[in-house]
Amino acid sequence: MPERTGVEVRLENLQRRYGAVVALDDLSLTIAPGELVALLGPSGCGKTTALRLLAGLEDADGGRVVIGGEDVTGLPANRRNIGMVFQAYSLFPHMVAWENVAFGLQMRGVGLAERKKRAIDVLELVGLSRFANRYASQMSGGQQQRVALARALAISPQVLLLDEPLSALDAKVRSRLRDEIRRIQLEVGITTLFVTHDQEEALAIADRVGVMQSGRLEQLGPPMTVYSRPATPFVADFVGLTNRIQGTVSRGSVDVRGATIPLVDSSVPDGPATALVRPEAVSLVGNGEAQEGPLIGTVIAVAFLGATSRVTVDLGDITVLAQLPTSAAAEHPAGTRVKLALRPDPVLVDSHN
Amino acid sequence: MAAVRRGVQGTRRLKLQVFRIIVFVAAGLFFLVPIGAMVEFSTRGVGDQPRTLAAWQSIGTYPDLVAAITASLELAAITTIAMLVLLVPTMVWVRLKLPRLNPIIEFICLLPLTIPAIVLVVGLFPIYNWMGTNFSDSILTLSIAYVVLVLPYDYRSLEAGLAAIDVKTLTEAARSLGAGWFTVMWRIIVPNISSAILNSAFLSVALVLGEYTIANNLLYNNLQVEIAMLGRANAGVSIAVAVASLLFAFGVLVLLSFFNRGRGRLQLVELQQVMRTERG
Ligand SMILES: Nc1ncnc2c1ncn2[C@@H]1O[C@H](COP(=O)(O)OP(=O)(O)OP(=O)(O)O)[C@@H](O)[C@H]1O
Ligand SMILES: [Mg+2]
Repeated sequence: MPERTGVEVRLENLQRRYGAVVALDDLSLTIAPGELVALLGPSGCGKTTALRLLAGLEDADGGRVVIGGEDVTGLPANRRNIGMVFQAYSLFPHMVAWENVAFGLQMRGVGLAERKKRAIDVLELVGLSRFANRYASQMSGGQQQRVALARALAISPQVLLLDEPLSALDAKVRSRLRDEIRRIQLEVGITTLFVTHDQEEALAIADRVGVMQSGRLEQLGPPMTVYSRPATPFVADFVGLTNRIQGTVSRGSVDVRGATIPLVDSSVPDGPATALVRPEAVSLVGNGEAQEGPLIGTVIAVAFLGATSRVTVDLGDITVLAQLPTSAAAEHPAGTRVKLALRPDPVLVDSHN
Repeated sequence: MAAVRRGVQGTRRLKLQVFRIIVFVAAGLFFLVPIGAMVEFSTRGVGDQPRTLAAWQSIGTYPDLVAAITASLELAAITTIAMLVLLVPTMVWVRLKLPRLNPIIEFICLLPLTIPAIVLVVGLFPIYNWMGTNFSDSILTLSIAYVVLVLPYDYRSLEAGLAAIDVKTLTEAARSLGAGWFTVMWRIIVPNISSAILNSAFLSVALVLGEYTIANNLLYNNLQVEIAMLGRANAGVSIAVAVASLLFAFGVLVLLSFFNRGRGRLQLVELQQVMRTERG
């Protein structure tokens, strides 16, 4: 079983370009020992590149990678002690599960009996010891990724890197495996960087979430903070759904269609701006039949999400999303007129529309 | 309804089966009739005398022929190994590090296909002339020309093998687990393209054993050149050797399909096991 191996990982001013494309633009990130940081961002923002530089699979144009206080920037991938799980299925097809898991131990000169025993132990950790003699082609996608996780953990790495390990799996397996990865990560206590473009995944699993855009880190913080106090309009847009509603800023609050909402950042200059309002801050406060007003409109769609529902309301010039308990949404089927209320939670505004 | 459908499917399967048999028999005749005729010819007695294996038995008594057979087998082995050592790491490296060069490599590798052997000889002649005086005039130097000759076929075969696996991800997974480049190549890539490697090895062997034009024009006596020369002196023996070399190639093919039969990826492992049990 891997012992607790948490060390600090520091990425310092990493630069990487591919021709004219700047994949990483001065990326700095420190991961505390034993912490799980999720990197979140749209496709092409440089998440994989950051991971590959950390793993040594790609060379940096500038900057340093420091693991456990040691500068490993110039070290090739096979001399860094890093476990990696890939997005694509990556088990060696000609080896059975336990041989895959034992491969890294063999590279480290561990004898056959010992490495077989340890491979079975780690397979036990991911709940697959009974599949030890199966080939990758005889396992489901989720099982393969669990074996890949076991293989990465078997070498007792200093750092665990996961590059969208769940993206090829279906929703149910995905959320189960996600929780399992978190459980194992906590159990082993290993410093982990988890890349994903699925915000729900990032928010559910991470100690801290880093939101990236165009090779830079836009915000790094606990999931709650990133969600409820996004640092930039980009983060607000990317993490969770956001209504963009025109309003006017004056003296530390923004006036949106007659509702006054405080600002996260009260230093925003007065004038027209776009307020970023979460769907769950929008509620339906009753019947809008035969009424007119800036916050009165027609329900055009109701999406059932389980315990909550998402209601799309047409206000004439814009449409607004409201997220509310399904029981409340049921009172307002499509076609009915409703009146909206905006909860006065502090919001972010985008003043340079 | 279901029964009708099953009936239709059954008819279709039967038609397919008949078609298969016809193709198989036609192809079999196409190959076997000439070989049968050759066997018949090579066992003919002189004049009215009965059938004899004299021609076959006398193969070993022609020292030039034995030397040519040996040389051709050596050439086949050297060419195959040289080509694999050259091509496999290069193709893997290009895939991993220089994917943009892939079309160029493909073009270069397929180029010999477009050049007739006789034209190749024109270019090779001065080189072999120079090599003959400055380096070595051994027949084994032919393997240099043969590597070029087999390049397109082996490239195609290996390309198909490499396309079937995710070279990049497998390599990176192995690297991150601590494997050096040699280990990656030998322990990860080669076992997973073993079927392609066996295929290209067979192609090389078959091509080299059947090669006539280059050897003849560069004045080396390989198997085919010797068979042709012998044909003028003793047609019976010449035909016997030709049949023998065909049978040899056929044997290699059967061996290969035997290794190919199992699950694509396990072949090298199986091969090793077979060799181990045979030795033990
Ligand atoms: N080998 C490469 N050659 C050229 N450009 C590359 C290469 N690898 C990445 N890039 C470019 O660098 C940028 C960042 O790529 P990266 O793979 O890090 O994105 P990502 O955030 O992982 O995206 P995704 O969510 O789609 O996986 C992209 O614009 C990509 O096109
Ligand atoms: Mg990626």
